[in-house]
Amino acid sequence: MTINKKLEAAKLELLLEGRLDTTTSPMLEAELKQSIEGVTELVFDFEKLEYISSAGLRILLAAQKIMNKQGSMVVKNVNEIVAEVFEVTGFSDILTIE
Amino acid sequence: MKEITVDAMIENMNTVTAFVDDFLDQIACPMKSRIQINIVIDEIFGNICHYAYKDSVGAVTVRVESGNTPKAVFLTFTDNGIPYNPLDTEDPDITSSSEERKIGGLGIYLVKKNMDEMKYEYVNQQNRLWMEKRL
Repeated sequence: MTINKKLEAAKLELLLEGRLDTTTSPMLEAELKQSIEGVTELVFDFEKLEYISSAGLRILLAAQKIMNKQGSMVVKNVNEIVAEVFEVTGFSDILTIE
Repeated sequence: MKEITVDAMIENMNTVTAFVDDFLDQIACPMKSRIQINIVIDEIFGNICHYAYKDSVGAVTVRVESGNTPKAVFLTFTDNGIPYNPLDTEDPDITSSSEERKIGGLGIYLVKKNMDEMKYEYVNQQNRLWMEKRL
């Protein structure tokens, strides 16, 4: 997986490419740990994300909990597989998906 | 039928996934099913790596087979680690808010939703998890 990062003022946009799974989710966790401070608008662009497993869900949930306190979080451009994972796990109710 | 045995280490995840993908290519498995199977491998192999052998290193055998009536893929994971039946895992509460949300059990739940049938047995000090995905 690769992470493309765009930071403009307090808006952080992360474009993920590849697979967000057990092997790659520590990368995203480290990126967030490093960048999320002071961010009021967090955007995940999943246009190039192939799939997500529970390891990735864990990171999104942690990010959502942080953003509940300091701003907003949006996940956009999810493919059919990712949308289904969100649906099945109830994440479609706790995340803002555009 | 194809089978691979590797150490239960996250570093071997890509090897196992590539091994299974190769088999799925040969049987012309549809892309969506293939990705769902990739997710299942991530959850099950990941679990075994994290929990089966505690601090020591043990082996995992992954077998992949296909069937024709109906067309299906069968995946079997075998390890010699501590007995663990993933089918005993309680389904998570998927309706709670982000603040109350627990992450435990989500992986197995995803596996259950992605596969059509699962069987677990503990025989000869081995965990054996068998799964069927209809194509």
